[in-house]
Amino acid sequence: MTHAVSRRSVLAGAGALIVALRFSGARAQTETGTGGGPSKHGLSGSLDDTPNIDAWIRIDASGAVTILTGKAELGQGLKTALLQVAAEELKVPFDRLSLVTADTARTPNEGYTAASHSTQDSGTAIRHAAAQAREILRGEAARRLGVPATTLQVRNGAVFGPHGARLAYGELVRDQLLSVEASTTSRLTSPEDFTVMNQPVSRIDIPAKVTGGSAYVQDLRPEGMLHGRVVRPPSYGATLRDLDIAPVERMNGIAKVVRDGNFLGVIADREWAAVQGMRTLAATTTWIEQQALPDSADLPGALINLPSRDTTIHDEGRPGKPGIAVVASFSRPYLTHGSIGPSCAIAQFQDGALTVWTHTQGVFFLRDAIAGMLRMPTENVRCIHAEGAGCYGHNGADDAAADAAMLAVAMPGRPIRVQLMREQEHAWDPFGPGMVVRLRAAVGPDGMIADWHHEVWSQSHMMRPGLPGTLTAARLKSDASPPAPPVALAQPEGGGDRNAIPLYAISNCKVISHFLPDMPLRGSSMRSLGGYLNVLSIESMFDELAARSGQDPVTFRLRHNVDPRARDVIETVATRFGWAPRVKRSDSTGFGFGFARYKNLEAWCAVAVEIEVVRLTGAVRVRRVVAAVDTGQVVNPDGVRNQIEGGILQSMSWTLFERVTFDRTRVTSVDWSAYPIMRFDSVPGAVDVHLIDRPGDGFYGVAEAAQGPTGAAIANAIRDATGVRMHDLPFSPARIRKAIGA
Amino acid sequence: MKLRSVLLALLAVGAIGGTGALLYAWESSIDPIDPRSAGATDTVMVRRGASLALLGDCATCHTASGGAPYAGGLAMPTPFGTIYSTNITPDPETGIGRWSEQAFVRALRSGVDREGRHLYPAFPYDHFMRVADDDAKALYAFLMSLDPVRSSAPPNGLPFPLNIRLTLAGWKLLFLHQERFVADPSKDDKWNRGKYLVDGLGHCGACHSPRNLMGAEEISASFQGGVAEGWRAYALGRSSPSPVPWDEAALTDYLARGSHPMHGTAQGPMANVADNLSLVDPADVSAMAYYLASLGKGEARTTAKIPVASGPGQQPQAAGVQVATPPLQSDPGGAIYGAVCASCHEGARPLPFGGVGLALSTALADDTPANLINLVLRGIPASTDGSTHPIMPGFGDVLDDRKISDLANYLRTQFAGKTQWDGVAKAVADARANR
Amino acid sequence: MTTLTVNGESRSIKASPDTPLLYVLRDELGLNAAKYGCGLGQCGACTVIVDGKAIFSCITPVMVLEGRAIVTLEGLGSQTAPGPLQRAFIAEQAAQCGYCIPGMMMRAQALLNRDPNVTDEAIRAELQPHLCRCGTHMRILRAVRRAADELKKKSAEVRAGR
Repeated sequence: MTHAVSRRSVLAGAGALIVALRFSGARAQTETGTGGGPSKHGLSGSLDDTPNIDAWIRIDASGAVTILTGKAELGQGLKTALLQVAAEELKVPFDRLSLVTADTARTPNEGYTAASHSTQDSGTAIRHAAAQAREILRGEAARRLGVPATTLQVRNGAVFGPHGARLAYGELVRDQLLSVEASTTSRLTSPEDFTVMNQPVSRIDIPAKVTGGSAYVQDLRPEGMLHGRVVRPPSYGATLRDLDIAPVERMNGIAKVVRDGNFLGVIADREWAAVQGMRTLAATTTWIEQQALPDSADLPGALINLPSRDTTIHDEGRPGKPGIAVVASFSRPYLTHGSIGPSCAIAQFQDGALTVWTHTQGVFFLRDAIAGMLRMPTENVRCIHAEGAGCYGHNGADDAAADAAMLAVAMPGRPIRVQLMREQEHAWDPFGPGMVVRLRAAVGPDGMIADWHHEVWSQSHMMRPGLPGTLTAARLKSDASPPAPPVALAQPEGGGDRNAIPLYAISNCKVISHFLPDMPLRGSSMRSLGGYLNVLSIESMFDELAARSGQDPVTFRLRHNVDPRARDVIETVATRFGWAPRVKRSDSTGFGFGFARYKNLEAWCAVAVEIEVVRLTGAVRVRRVVAAVDTGQVVNPDGVRNQIEGGILQSMSWTLFERVTFDRTRVTSVDWSAYPIMRFDSVPGAVDVHLIDRPGDGFYGVAEAAQGPTGAAIANAIRDATGVRMHDLPFSPARIRKAIGA
Repeated sequence: MKLRSVLLALLAVGAIGGTGALLYAWESSIDPIDPRSAGATDTVMVRRGASLALLGDCATCHTASGGAPYAGGLAMPTPFGTIYSTNITPDPETGIGRWSEQAFVRALRSGVDREGRHLYPAFPYDHFMRVADDDAKALYAFLMSLDPVRSSAPPNGLPFPLNIRLTLAGWKLLFLHQERFVADPSKDDKWNRGKYLVDGLGHCGACHSPRNLMGAEEISASFQGGVAEGWRAYALGRSSPSPVPWDEAALTDYLARGSHPMHGTAQGPMANVADNLSLVDPADVSAMAYYLASLGKGEARTTAKIPVASGPGQQPQAAGVQVATPPLQSDPGGAIYGAVCASCHEGARPLPFGGVGLALSTALADDTPANLINLVLRGIPASTDGSTHPIMPGFGDVLDDRKISDLANYLRTQFAGKTQWDGVAKAVADARANR
Repeated sequence: MTTLTVNGESRSIKASPDTPLLYVLRDELGLNAAKYGCGLGQCGACTVIVDGKAIFSCITPVMVLEGRAIVTLEGLGSQTAPGPLQRAFIAEQAAQCGYCIPGMMMRAQALLNRDPNVTDEAIRAELQPHLCRCGTHMRILRAVRRAADELKKKSAEVRAGR
């Protein structure tokens, strides 16, 4: 049984050796905020940071088993998957387990629930901890029964010996039995013996969600709770000129109006009263604003003209070789996370201690940031994760938590619930940054790529909390925290340059990352970071080169790919889609293909699409989508499918529709009319996802794997249908119509 | 009964002329062409035709809901029965693939199909007769460049004798005055271009002019306002009910963008028109606006002070897209306005996404409540192609007829400063039935 | 004082009559299913059924609801006894974060009540006012389809049993 591969492993990409940071010696910033340095204990996953087994697994005398994780349920099915892992290795029935997720007072610190790391970080840790706990319990039983451990069987939460001897876990645990550091070897269950892992176990969170149970932080109602709302400035950097609090204070149900510098909030006994108070307060407030935003009509131009820190992240062979050359520039606009539920938090300040219920991705980092914002000792702040609506990265969750904390401190003793309004979520979102990619490549007379030159421009994709200056409230209050400095995520995972190095075997290849320290609009982490545009650009270029050299796009990819697992997903999709025998139903039909291995480190994913481009309107109708994914050892096949399906549809929406709009002062896309996303009329006719089973392999992050390949497949299908290559996202009907001259 | 008298009149027309009428009514068939021969080659002409087709809103009627553009099949309820639009893609069997250019131009201008059958005047040949040769040929080139789509429209649902197409000859005899567009030398080219487009291909009067009992436009009352698909097409020019008079700049903006800060957003069938015009050669749209502006201005009719914020948004976004609802009023319609409408319509978010200040609403100032009621019932649905588009929820399932009447009466008096409409309750019932 | 009929029960409401139903359901009646999403009638997260029709509770003041039958997702069943539509959503695992799902289910329920023989196209068209950000659309469509088929099967059994 091999060890699950952790993010600290060395992974060989095709043609390019990608060395993880274990060997760099320096501690680099990672998207999860953990790892990135030398291994401390030589243990797998998050066990390396938190090696005690009882930090992950608690068993009491009644036999009740509690699993603890520092990761959070974001709608990705994490709770169910982690319990499957625990149940499998502990040999305890799935439904007898309970789970505690991210809580600064109770669980391990696993950084952010981000970067598709949760199963490999927490799943790996729990798997090893559970396997070792099971063996410790077996050993304890052997000691008590006086027989060799190898003669004992473990099942159903008990150890069974000869002559009907049965010792339940509850009987076996004693003080400190599991208070031991994990060892470097675990006796993991063999995949052929799996009864819970790799099974489509139903998600434990869904019944409450479809019956009106209390499922979200939005649904919590602690005794004595009051409702808060905040008034946000109309634009970045706006300062209060004038306001009139008195009429708001006189309103029915308003308990308090809070002003601290440019931070404004109201507290009321009822939610609707808080909304009314907030709106009234906003209407009485005037602001001093500045024209600080770039010209939205030429965002790509504005971005590449910003000062940059340039790094050559890949340089192989002798770039500049001749051939049939293609030069192209791709861009994406700022994108909003767009949770359907605006961010929400509840905070209570009592006896000098602050408790915050939040759907942040990183309770520990948020705790530090809030403590810094309020100048409180860290130990006096507790952050407890409670589910929110899907976030897809760093959205308003942390801001809402900071807002609730500000209001709670202003009214000690009472829990204060704050939910952002739709326009606040939209306008103040830490957007997925606008980006530009410029690509120059050439295909040689042998039909192989002779030259490849990729440059990417992007601001930071990592402005998550930790520092208080990442929180909107901390920047608004009178003793404002300094702005957080821009963080450049390092290769190999990368930030704006994520997936910028092609996974393909290209002999002459150079990749330059232009990190933009300026942030024209607020931006941070959004599903797949720069990977989406980099993959879309690389895969678009592949199709262009294939077309120029008269080759089939899929064959062309396979010719440049030495990674057998990449080959597997590409070939699986080609077969299932019927790529080779594909026939256009009409002139407006287009077929497109896209592939990437997420971060060049995680799951492999290929996507093929069939679309129709309605020439007269420029609208793209996606008829069918076929995807294949290799995520290593699968924990929950239906969960993987759900994530890939969701990634495909979300990426379709980004690709076809989405764009944050702004004038020189304000963000103007503040609702779903100005920022449309996919509705049911644009949903594909069919989406098929095929999983490639890798029993016994490690866990490779899957949740973001579909973003790049889907966008690329659509871009290539539009080219196939219309003969026109689209470069600037979104590929909206108006832009397509203009491009094809209809 | 309106319909009965129309039928009788048509029968009478048919009977009067006897043989003479038959001779008049008879149109020859034009020989079919080999569909393969019609492949358009002149891309400049095709492109020009595409722009003209948008200007003429051809696809709006010749596309069924969810169907292929120009493949027909859209049900068009008329006071006389339901007519289905035809397939005008170049499919040889079900479309116009066998039509020669000559046959197409005849159909466009005279309302006679290739085989010589009279077409129902839901097809506005009473306007298209003014389309010049070059433009008609460009339209033909464009339509023949489309992908052929095999699709037959359902049979029309018309009562006897209207299902006898020969009776249409009588209608034409009475109401179709074959005339080409003649430029007015006393006006400049832009004006003449605008008039040519407005009266011809644009067929603005088809909706914006009233029709007589036999469904023909009243020439004497051009642009005095009409109806289309249950929506009121407002009077244009001097009779315009708009609280703020239209000028050329506002018309240009509105036609090209579908909204104007002082007038609101195009709704009902006009929303389609504006969508199409947004893609048309801007010089043509500008000429149409120039001509329409020359029809004269209505008086400023609003007694309410137009708030500054009705123009480009003044209020900081801090207020969000909505404002606090005002104190509850005792007037039942006012109470609904305050609780349901005010938070957006007093929110001063710029159009098109914000709700228009109702003092600017033409729907409230117009003679009938039809458009207001349609909007309240159905709202403005999200776009179907993912483009940015205003959204207003409909309240048809929230508010009963009584409450909608209360609301309409309140809005009319409060914001238009006029006396209540007659027949609001019936208008609500009609609008629901028309849904 | 407004009196509302929610899931078959008569409830006296303290909130001012111009308060949107959403806030009354959540804040005063302690019901969780209807969600705040936009407050503008653009996303559908707040959808409930009134007199058989799906409406946005975030823009519907309680003063227009007196005497009318309001049904929320809680009225379709519970975790221990889920209704047919709820069972279908569980069977299809038709949720990721799930925040949009209650609103989707209410519109779907209104549709199924109205037309048990609903087509796939009609389901898609009906759900157009609703947004899902996780991209769960395919599963949502499957779940509504499954519920429709189940209901049809059940009513056929009932007819056959007679």
